[in-house]
Amino acid sequence: MPQTILLVGTRKGCFVLESDEDRRDWSVRGPFCEGWPIYHAVYDPASGAIYAAAASEWHGAGVWRSSDLGESWELSSEGLTFPDGGLKLSKISGLTAAHGRVLAGAEAAGVFESRDGGETWSLLTTLDGQPGRTSWNDPAKQPPGHLGLPAILPHPDEPSRFWAVVQGYGIFETTDDGASWTPRNRGLRADWPLEEPEVGYCVHKLVMSPVDTDRLYQQNHCGMHRSDDAGRSWVEITEGLPTDFGFAAAAHPRDRDTFYVIPLDPGHARCMPEGRAAVWRTRDAGATWQRLDRGLPQRDAYLGVLREGLAIDTLDVPGLYFGTSTGQVFATADEGENWSEIASYLPPISSVEVAVLA
Amino acid sequence: MADLHLPATLPPLFPGLPRRLEVDAATVVEALERLDERWPGFRDRLCEPGPVLRSHINVYVDRERAGLDTALDARSRVDVIAAISGG
Repeated sequence: MPQTILLVGTRKGCFVLESDEDRRDWSVRGPFCEGWPIYHAVYDPASGAIYAAAASEWHGAGVWRSSDLGESWELSSEGLTFPDGGLKLSKISGLTAAHGRVLAGAEAAGVFESRDGGETWSLLTTLDGQPGRTSWNDPAKQPPGHLGLPAILPHPDEPSRFWAVVQGYGIFETTDDGASWTPRNRGLRADWPLEEPEVGYCVHKLVMSPVDTDRLYQQNHCGMHRSDDAGRSWVEITEGLPTDFGFAAAAHPRDRDTFYVIPLDPGHARCMPEGRAAVWRTRDAGATWQRLDRGLPQRDAYLGVLREGLAIDTLDVPGLYFGTSTGQVFATADEGENWSEIASYLPPISSVEVAVLA
Repeated sequence: MADLHLPATLPPLFPGLPRRLEVDAATVVEALERLDERWPGFRDRLCEPGPVLRSHINVYVDRERAGLDTALDARSRVDVIAAISGG
């Protein structure tokens, strides 16, 4: 029977939740990674390894790796550094395992790669020459924290092609492994003046339909958006949702028109509106939306979910999972119709990823 | 041999690394490099590129605040302290 595992990155280490194909009963293992803050933990189906992006307040940034589903872990930061006198690496924000390597998005904005299973790393790109490149590293123009590159979306068939998200600036696509880039933000909304029309967009989460590589969705600071041409143009699909703000998003594994988001209060709170927890689903590419809340708390539930906090599995009836800023994990085994709380007292959750093991 | 004391957060990262050990080195940075030879990656946990000490890592030599260039002698006590921070 297939095993379903969730990798949960938290402010106090990585946890592994396990169940079978039914996804009813879950066990929790952890915390791993010595309690380091974990920003994103991923599973590499090609190698069976787990990677966890981390940054300790005391001991710096690195990537933990486990080749035995979390039983043992090793940390490496070898090569995770910008050239002397240049940018400062404050954390590894996001990981992507694809095409025989691991890509790491960093803060300050850059992409590192490892081709030896996370033992050593090398800098692939800092997007030199791109519009906004000087500004996003200007200390005078930083919001709280530092702008980074939190996400990399790989193309499933073309190893040298991927999309990178730079916080506050938008999406950049490369087809030559980072040697050259093209901004892919046309049609996005920005509720602030733009110095350059090609960039200045706040992309929170970018996902691709596994069955149509031209179909992308994104949760933006300013609305939900869809692209039918691999990011060359975007249309807004916010209408019908309770807010235009949120972080997390997930694309259905087999239906290009089905997409899930978790709208949040856009103000300081950044939690689910009115204290009523819900995930929202479209089955028609954003024309209409359905609120999914059966089994989720409907009063006094001020839950936040961050950009990597929602995941969907690949089983025949897909399950979804989200982790909250207050340490709960909620799951559904029927595409969002019925939810249950499968972990209640974890540390604040940064990321949830799911893998189905044969 | 300098008498080196490490924070509790370090030994779990490096199999066999004790909290307290003796190191033959003329300066603080040389002591860290000796340990990095035996436990690769050790220096990066305490130093940023430069090298400079990480902002929440403090080093004391014989109870006096020290830097990477501070000299050590055979009787020096070196305390590496992770700042009291976090929650």
